[in-house]
Amino acid sequence: MIKKRPTIRDHSAEANLFARRAFVGFVFVVIIVGILFHNVYKLQVTEHETYRTRSNDNRIKVIPVAPNRGLIYDRNGVLLAENRPVYNLEVIPEDVEDLEASLASVRQLIEISEQEVEDFKKEIKHNRRFKSQVLKGRLNEEEVAILSVNQHRLPGFSVEARLSRYYPYGDTLTHALGYVAKLNKEELFDLELAGKDTNYRATHDIGKLGVEKFYEEQLHGIVGSRRVEVNNRGRIIRTLSMETPQPGKDLVLTLDIGLQQIVQHVLKDTRGAIIVMDPRDGGILALYSNPSYDPNLFVHGISGKDYRALLNPDRPLINRATQGRYAPASTVKPHLAVLALEEGVVTETTKIWDPGFFQIPNVKHKWRDWRPWGHEHVDVYKAIEQSCDTYFYEAAYKLGITKISDFMNQFGFGELSGIDIHEETSAILPSVEWKRERFKESWYPGDTISVGIGQGYWTATPMQIANSLSILVNKGIHRQPHLVQISKQDTEVEQLFTEEKPPVVLKNPYHWDIALKAMHNTVKIGTAKSAFKGVTYDHAGKTGTAQVISIAQGERYNAEKLKEKHRDNGIYVGFAPFDDPQIVITVVVENQGGGSAIAAPMARQVMDYYFSAYPLEKEQQQ
Amino acid sequence: MSPLNKPRSLFEKVHIDLPLFAALITMMIGSLAIVYSASGQDMGMMMRHGTRMFGALVAMLFMAQFSPNTLKRVAIPVYLLGLGMLVAVLFFGVSSKGAQRWLDLGITRFQPSEIMKLAVPMTVAWFIGRSHLPPSILNLTIGFAIVLVPTILIKEQPDLGTSILIASSGIFALFLAGLSWRLIGSGLLLAVPGGYAFWHYGMHAYQKQRVLTFLDPESDPLGSGYHIIQSKIAIGSGGVEGKGWLHGTQSQLEFLPERHTDFIFSVLSEEFGLLGVTILLSLYLFIIGRGLYIAVQAQDAFSKLLAGALTLTFFVYVFVNIGMVSGLLPVVGVPLPLISYGGTSMVTLMAGFGIIMAIATDKRMLLK
Repeated sequence: MIKKRPTIRDHSAEANLFARRAFVGFVFVVIIVGILFHNVYKLQVTEHETYRTRSNDNRIKVIPVAPNRGLIYDRNGVLLAENRPVYNLEVIPEDVEDLEASLASVRQLIEISEQEVEDFKKEIKHNRRFKSQVLKGRLNEEEVAILSVNQHRLPGFSVEARLSRYYPYGDTLTHALGYVAKLNKEELFDLELAGKDTNYRATHDIGKLGVEKFYEEQLHGIVGSRRVEVNNRGRIIRTLSMETPQPGKDLVLTLDIGLQQIVQHVLKDTRGAIIVMDPRDGGILALYSNPSYDPNLFVHGISGKDYRALLNPDRPLINRATQGRYAPASTVKPHLAVLALEEGVVTETTKIWDPGFFQIPNVKHKWRDWRPWGHEHVDVYKAIEQSCDTYFYEAAYKLGITKISDFMNQFGFGELSGIDIHEETSAILPSVEWKRERFKESWYPGDTISVGIGQGYWTATPMQIANSLSILVNKGIHRQPHLVQISKQDTEVEQLFTEEKPPVVLKNPYHWDIALKAMHNTVKIGTAKSAFKGVTYDHAGKTGTAQVISIAQGERYNAEKLKEKHRDNGIYVGFAPFDDPQIVITVVVENQGGGSAIAAPMARQVMDYYFSAYPLEKEQQQ
Repeated sequence: MSPLNKPRSLFEKVHIDLPLFAALITMMIGSLAIVYSASGQDMGMMMRHGTRMFGALVAMLFMAQFSPNTLKRVAIPVYLLGLGMLVAVLFFGVSSKGAQRWLDLGITRFQPSEIMKLAVPMTVAWFIGRSHLPPSILNLTIGFAIVLVPTILIKEQPDLGTSILIASSGIFALFLAGLSWRLIGSGLLLAVPGGYAFWHYGMHAYQKQRVLTFLDPESDPLGSGYHIIQSKIAIGSGGVEGKGWLHGTQSQLEFLPERHTDFIFSVLSEEFGLLGVTILLSLYLFIIGRGLYIAVQAQDAFSKLLAGALTLTFFVYVFVNIGMVSGLLPVVGVPLPLISYGGTSMVTLMAGFGIIMAIATDKRMLLK
């Protein structure tokens, strides 16, 4: 401005200036392109691995695939728990043009409740539009057929199959087999704690009861996975690879479904439980608690109405066979006889005089025999055959509670039998320590007297009674009672429960024979004579009649209910054949009076069936 | 008038610079292939893209027919018209996505800022080219004012990307005219407090967010950082050879945002790898080199400044876009020139190349 510029423009100087500036500009461009290239080189070459991994993390998702649950068979290969396809009507909202119109036309084809439509609409609101949602679950065959025929008119609607547990024998097996139902939050939490949650990522159901729960790990199997490519909204574009899940192991039970059905049939409307066990291996042939209920109700989520119906005073949800607590009553007299003989309190020939009652010296109280006028002269055989109470009052008095308690504990009383279901209670085998702990009181000699006939504080589950009988007929050998025989996968078969528990050892094993012979006599000339008239197999047994104390743990004392249910419980235990026992049977019926009247005839029907199904010819020829 | 008595080729008759034209056509063919992949093989989008390319070629051819003298004459009226429309946009403009950039002309929407991309360098070149080079302080001040007014108007729309492009087109013209290094040095020194002031008073919240996200994209991987992270993953996972055409998982599975427009470089990098990037950058360098060569060969100051400014502005597109998608610069809405899908910017760019070709062919006609 200040300097006066020449009026003539120096074009060549200006051209040179421009050329220099253009050159600087180009160098500048080249440098920046170099920086850009270097940056891209860094991303694509130096850090390529990192970004390739991140790119794969973006697009590849692993979807868990649920394993098929192992099947459950009875001892003869009859299927007891199977996986059936259930058909659901599913909808992919994205593929439906006019949802309202489509819903209306579907509802003209099959019945869909307002509730189902409402739930469905709620679900699609909370989920991605390409995700399939169930509109109506568990379609019947007719509905599947109708929908299949009309499929073309309903884009986005489809009938989808999924495997679901089904129990073809319904309420016959509930307490033994249990059931599976939807995995809940608490179970998921427990699985997380155990570090098993990844294995359940695709699983809907879990064993809730019985064998299904006890063998959950074996039945479940190992989760598989599907590697898929997804887009940015999580929609699956294609499957890249598949790791097939390993199905759960199949289980073969020791149960015989035919025998189980007979047991159910025999009990009819009577509350009670029956257990049939093979003393040779501890396998349980039948285990039934009455009343029962349909486990299939629980598999798809039981309705409130159905569930409330199960909360009736008959308590069908309780497994009476393993949770019912009953006084073992006279069924333990053979065991006590063995103890009395072992301890020398009595001998095989000792006879006592039974006036119809027993008294502790210098005590006024009279413990009455069931037969008011007594059994006159009684030896150990007659005491068991006739179920003489006075004989055992005296024996118990002489033995004292500690010897009784210690000996009976060896037969499994006061302990869990260890049967392979979790629903079990240990009931009560009284002892000095137990009473001190429970009531803060000392043990009185009078407390021992009623224990001598399996009453007083003593309670036992039918399972414990069955187990103690099995030990008795095995002459001390203790075989673990169990429901599952083998688990198998493909060709791999595992035999379960082959180990024995510590046996009951007698100084004089002949004492076993005295007790068993007396039980043999019981069905021939004793209390169970009438029930077993004319049977073809050689058997032995013992009746029992118990005053009602309680039926299960946790039940509240209810005076009114007790009045209705204050009748005696009947018990029968038996085994056959006498020389080589194949089965022991335990029948407990609630509030039906003495064991000889109701329980024994039930036991006979079951044994009759067993020996017609498994005839003894072979043994008889030998 | 046949220069050097040589018969004029067809290309010379229609004022086309063959090397530049060949490079541009190569880029356009490449663009078609990449947009086809980035759009998820959408034929409808391809038809629209092809149509716009055709329109852009027509615009280039049209602009090439003007002589530099004509352009010199229309510079001021076009500049004033554009300025008027920019003011009109502020008052009557149509809003979209939070920015008011369009004028509704009844038949079509129109972005006046596109006119300014050409009008600003033309006007600065005309004004500075009238006097001696290097320009005087007064002329420089006026030149800056010519640049500054539309830049501020456009930034207020707000459209940071375009205002950067327009500011650079003017400033490049001044630089090429011989802006003294001392002034450039002091300008750079002033940039520090200036940047501070700009941050506090000149930027919108969303623009600040873009800058913050740029500084640490992983701090907000699902929000604003998502674009940059996904873009870097796309580029990085491409490796040297790329995943192959139509096989880029980041783009085909839609993890990459804006993949056919601003982030198309990421698609190219993912599918064609470092080899594809090298070819692309080489083509850009060739176009810029050719543009600057034409500018140097041009006959008068106006032509030189205009061709040079347009060429260097073209490079700003390249730098800002690639810098942004590869994480060197904050996300600023600038397309990858000649490759991105998108109408107006391609038409304007090609019109600019038309002007460069007019300058290139004009030189030959003046040679006697």
